[in-house]
Amino acid sequence: MLETLYQEIILDHYRHPRGRGHLEPPKIEHEGANPLCGDEITIELRVEDGRVSAVRFSGQGCSISQASASMLTEAVEGKTLEEVRQLIAQVYAMLKGESEPDPEVMGEIAALAGVRNFPVRVKCASLAWHVLEDALRQVNGSSQ
Amino acid sequence: MGQTGLSIQKRHPIGYYFLSQTKSLGVTIMKALQSVIEAYQIRRQFPYFQPHPEMRSLIYLDNAATTQKPYAVIEAVSHFWAYHNANVHRGAYGVGAKASEMYESARARVAQFLNASNPNEIVFTRGTTESINLVAYSWGMSQIREGDEIIVSEMEHHANLIPWLQVAQAKGARLVVWRITDDGRLNLDDLRNLLSERTRLVAITHISNVLGTVNPVQAICEMAHFAGALCLVDAAQSIAHMPVDVQAIGCDFLAFSGHKTYGPTGIGVLYARYELLQSIPPFLTGGGMIRSVDWDGAQWADPPAKFEAGTPPIGEAIGLHAALDFIDTIGREAIEAYEHELTQYTLQRLQEVPGLRLYGPQPDRAGIFAFTLEDIHPHDIATVLDNFDIAIRSGHHCAHPLGDRLGVPSTARASIGIYNDTEHIDALIEALHKVRKVFGYA
Repeated sequence: MLETLYQEIILDHYRHPRGRGHLEPPKIEHEGANPLCGDEITIELRVEDGRVSAVRFSGQGCSISQASASMLTEAVEGKTLEEVRQLIAQVYAMLKGESEPDPEVMGEIAALAGVRNFPVRVKCASLAWHVLEDALRQVNGSSQ
Repeated sequence: MGQTGLSIQKRHPIGYYFLSQTKSLGVTIMKALQSVIEAYQIRRQFPYFQPHPEMRSLIYLDNAATTQKPYAVIEAVSHFWAYHNANVHRGAYGVGAKASEMYESARARVAQFLNASNPNEIVFTRGTTESINLVAYSWGMSQIREGDEIIVSEMEHHANLIPWLQVAQAKGARLVVWRITDDGRLNLDDLRNLLSERTRLVAITHISNVLGTVNPVQAICEMAHFAGALCLVDAAQSIAHMPVDVQAIGCDFLAFSGHKTYGPTGIGVLYARYELLQSIPPFLTGGGMIRSVDWDGAQWADPPAKFEAGTPPIGEAIGLHAALDFIDTIGREAIEAYEHELTQYTLQRLQEVPGLRLYGPQPDRAGIFAFTLEDIHPHDIATVLDNFDIAIRSGHHCAHPLGDRLGVPSTARASIGIYNDTEHIDALIEALHKVRKVFGYA
């Protein structure tokens, strides 16, 4: 069962995170944490013409939280806001075990489905996505 | 299976054997011989370690967080609730009197356990946190003045830190931090330099819940008193693992929790010198803590009732009584000697794991082992160990400032209890090697 959690692709994202870093302004920035375990993720993104044109993450935490954030940056860059919102909903459904991941849509993110066997780790995998969801709320109210 | 240099006797599923430990010579051997504890026999007294459809067999190494409960405690609590339940200090009927008697008998038992001179020096609370908050709000908020100083050590749990921060902020007092040495100890010379006529309190943990450091609380109290300050001891991590004698320590306040002493949650103890309890205002107010009341005000009952507003945790106090009986049946000297041996064994075996960094002093320490392993995040370590049915804790252990000092926001922590043995430690070491493998370390 451990192999389903610590898949090669997850450990690879943990060791070699994609999209780790910062953006120059203008940008939307949001941070979140799991206070009980100390995982911290900050997402910075730029929205142009209704699309996420750039996204970066920073923070610290366990392999699952950091790999999930790394996958997130790859997955959402270039997507329309609507597509991103749909993706977030699909990720939540997958992590909760409500739906099987569609590899066509989810790509590498499907590897995170392994946390379903480890209930205490679901919040690690979902943290970055919650931060992104909160960050997107700022988009509606902003000039971007 | 020869008998060579006995340290810890245990029962293997297929028979007895003795573990050889060459370092255990002389006095240590004698101590161990005198105090042979057979962990397997102790485990028999705990339903948690018996086969059950709802249970998966678990090696429990998270005793610093909470301990498991023996049948004796569970039965004492359920017997009270089944046959003796009534509110205390109220009913004129016989059952109520019996409940009051059992509750007060628990208080007397705690006093005896701590060697307090008077059962009225024992206040029942919900736990260590509430006990320390009681002191902070009753004593601290009424006695601390602007410019006063409160000394806390850098290794304090948040429970013995945040209440003092609150008092300091509210009163314009200063919280003075007693820094730890690089190997995780406290230096008494440093305390000497921190103490002054401004010092009102030294609040110190007996055993660090992260480093396993056993602090010289007797000397600390003596130094605090010499400077004219009081001394509070957080005994949450020591109470079930070594003899704790409030008169020998000389502390003014001492706090501990029932659930870390093989007893129930929701019950804790504050020991305080009786004059102090008499002189400070109550913490919570309401029923049960007044002598008389009219529209102009109230007169407080004598301690400890003054500090026990509302219906107390009666069944839990009775469970704590049973837990202290359980501990004393084994013997606190025997427990200390056994856990010392197991701690030495654990230290030795942890050294075998490449890339493992253990925090805290060696070799003299309690059986609490916070560590990191390579760059593997402690949650990942805990998850992999859980997969091998080993329960440890990971995280900051409610000691953020200590984590900052150590330079690690999070560590993995194994902590032993009286039912653990070398086999559990062997399983831990084996599983830690597997953690390395999962994360690609050869």
